[in-house]
Parts: sequence; structure tokens; C-alpha cells
Amino acid sequence: MKGGLLSAMVAVFTRELLVFWRRSTEVMTALVFFVIVTTLFPLAVGPERHELMLMAPGVLWVAALLATTLSLNHLFASDYQDGSLEQLLVSPYPLSALVFAKIAAHWVLTGLPLALLSPLLAVQMALPTKAIGTLVGSLLLGTPILSLIGAVPAALTLGVRGGGVLVSLLVLPLYTPVLIFGAEAVAASAGQGFASVAHLSLLGAFLAVVVSFAPWASSAALRVSLD
Amino acid sequence: MGEFGGFAGVSRLIKFIHKYGAPKRFYRLAGRLVPWFAGVTALLFVVGLYLGLYWAPPDYQQGDAYRIMFVHVPNAWMSMMAYVIMASFAATGYIWNVRLADIMAKATAPLGASFTLTALVTGSLWGKPMWGTWWVWDARLTSELILFFLYVGYMALQASIDDPRRAAHASAILAIVGVVNIPIIHYSVYWWHTLHQPASLTLTSQPKIYITMLIPLIIMSLAFMFFYFTMLLVRVRSEILVREQRTDWVRKLVRSKR
Repeated sequence: MKGGLLSAMVAVFTRELLVFWRRSTEVMTALVFFVIVTTLFPLAVGPERHELMLMAPGVLWVAALLATTLSLNHLFASDYQDGSLEQLLVSPYPLSALVFAKIAAHWVLTGLPLALLSPLLAVQMALPTKAIGTLVGSLLLGTPILSLIGAVPAALTLGVRGGGVLVSLLVLPLYTPVLIFGAEAVAASAGQGFASVAHLSLLGAFLAVVVSFAPWASSAALRVSLD
Repeated sequence: MGEFGGFAGVSRLIKFIHKYGAPKRFYRLAGRLVPWFAGVTALLFVVGLYLGLYWAPPDYQQGDAYRIMFVHVPNAWMSMMAYVIMASFAATGYIWNVRLADIMAKATAPLGASFTLTALVTGSLWGKPMWGTWWVWDARLTSELILFFLYVGYMALQASIDDPRRAAHASAILAIVGVVNIPIIHYSVYWWHTLHQPASLTLTSQPKIYITMLIPLIIMSLAFMFFYFTMLLVRVRSEILVREQRTDWVRKLVRSKR
């Protein structure tokens, strides 16, 4: 049975990757959004390097937050429309495990590319080179939290009018701790605060909490939405 | 008794709620309770405001400006308490399918949001003479603001789903996730604040409060609590009427009022 559950999760995971690979524009949209938003800031506040450096951790993290929020809409929506989400519900495996696989795939397709792309934008924002490692690390730890928490409002707003804007309204207040810990960690290693290890370990602790309850909460949310 | 005794107790309680929490019965019960609650609320407000505005001595540093505390602090307390109450009602409604609990949770949300907004506005008014600006990114003010956003999200989700049962269950999950997150948000904001503010500006340890100021504060807190219960009953009554508008007893009631 255990092998069965694991292979079901792997099947969901690979299916997600395959589907998103074939509709890669949706994945790319979030990434391009991330790039454009960070490019807007120097245009708005001026190209002064010191000012940009002070703002860089916050700007990069807020942009990552917004890009992830934007991508949450197609976590469940297309599966909801074509009915394959209902197939997951009637499958003999625990829904929360399958949802976890879906969320993992979502992270691989949005959070991971964001983290890998971020050094480029960090250079653009004049972030010191020594802080770039922390930026990538904090994004690698933080973006899974964003995908996990975001799955709950994404599931709750399925088929609801104004769902897209509603998701951001519901999810952004819940994202504040990630933003604080993530941006502080980067600022710390850019020399604007204390050691970044403390912030990163808090991010890790938050990730551990969220991994344990978010798949369960979003599967409960899916059951409510598809009732 | 042990564990099972506790569980049997809970299920007996749920049966009791199912029996006496039927909307029609509760509508009548709440109708009888509202005047009493309103009376107690008015009495507490009169006594509390008298004690707070006349009887309590002026503060040696803040003069009379501190008196806004008697409105600000109870509202801030109620804003947090109302979220916990709302989440508990929502969880009860979700787990045991108690419709009355769903209605109570829905009715609590706007009240909690208004407590939060009042705490924010009075905090800002208090901040002007104390800090010299209308808004500072104080840890308490910031987490109140995020709490306000959580309330707004809850109400927006409620409002955008037409089916009352789905709306109740969906927003119940959101409220439960919110309750798990609130301590994390709260402490992260505090932590963020201690990193960014010089220590001289913050009041990390609460200043000692004198008994002559504490008594009005407690009475005003009770007043706002009773105000909440009164408004909750009124709102639950009207929500019941809306939900049961197609039943015989509501039609009869409406006809008898004409």
C-alpha cells in the first residue's frame, strides 16, 4: 500500500510537470512578472546605487511574493474546469498526500525558477555580492512556504466570482512572516543588521509548521469547494 | 470517565445545541435576551465613561490625553478576542455541522473588523500627541492592521460565495488557518519591530497602571464585551430571518408585523 501511495504521488507530480511544460506560458508569466516588477523600482526611485542597495532585499522579496500570488490561480483552476480534480477526490489515496504532490510541483515550477533567477535581479538592484547567496537561500526556504500556504486560498476560491483578486486578498496577510524573515535575512547579510542565520532558521521552522498543516487544510478546502 | 467521558460530554453538548439552537427557537430566545444585554451594555458604558473621564486622575506625563486608552485598549482586546471567537464558532459549524455556529461566525466578522478599525483609529489619534505623528510602524499597530486585513479577507470570501453552507465552510477553513497563523504573524511583526526601532522609542515593558485607571479600564472592557454580545444577537437574528425567509414561521412573522 505504501508503495502504492508513493507511486500515486509521483504520478501526480510528473503529470503536473508535464501539463505545465506543455503550457509553459503560464509558468513564464510569473517569472516575467517578477523581472518586470523589480525593474520598475529603479525607474520609480532613481538609479542611485546606495538607495537601491538599501531597498533591494525588500523589493526582491515583495516581487517574489506577488509573482507567487499571481501563479496560485492555476494551481487548481484548470484541473477544476476539466474535472480531473474530482478524479483526485475519488481516488483511494489520501487527498492531502496528492495535494502535497501538486503543491511540490507548483513550487518546482514557480518558486525554484524565482530563486534561480534572483541573482540576476540582485545585481540589477545593486545588492552586495556577499548577500546573493543568502537571497537564493532565503528564497529556496521561503517560496515553498508561499506555495503551501497559498494552496489553501487557491482551493477555497475555486469557481468563485472574482477568484483571482480574492486569492491575493486572502493570502497576502498570511504571507507577512515569510516576507519579514526572508527580507531581514538578506538585509542582514548585506550588512544592515544582525546575523542572517537566525532569520533563515526561523524560515525553516515556519516551513516545518506549514508542511504539516497546509496540505491537510487545502485538501479540506478542496472538499468544500467540490462538495 | 477519562477521554471517552469528555467526548460523550462534547457530543451531548452538540445534541443540546442541535435541539435548542434551531434557528426558530434561537430567534425567539435572542429576541428576549437583546434588551437585557443592551441594558447592561448601556449601564457599563455610563459607569465606565464616568469613571474614566472624571474619576480617574490625569496621567503625570500624558495629562488627559491618555484617557483615549479607555476606548483604545478595550477595542484592541476585543478585536483579537473576536477573531478567536469567530474561528471557534466557524470550527464548530464546520466540524459538527451546526448552522447556528456558522451564522454566529458570519455575524462576528464585521463586528471584529469594526473593533480592529476603531483600535487603529484611536491608536492613531493617541499617537499624534504622544509620538508626534498619526502613524508609526509600532509593532502593536502593525499587527492590528494585518488583523484587519484578515477580517476583510474573511468577509470577502463569505460575500463571494452564494451557497450559505459552502460559504460557511470555506470561510471556516480560512479562519482556522488564520488562527494558526496569527501568533506567527504577531511575533514576526514584534521581532521585525525590535530590529528596526531604537529601544528608546518602544515601550517594551508595559508601564505600571494604577488601580484608579485599571478599574475604569476593566469596566470599559466589560462594556465593549457586552456591546459585542448585544450586537451579535441582533445580527444573528437578522441573518436567521434572511436564511429562513422561505419558511412558514418567518412568513407568518412578517405578516403579523404588517
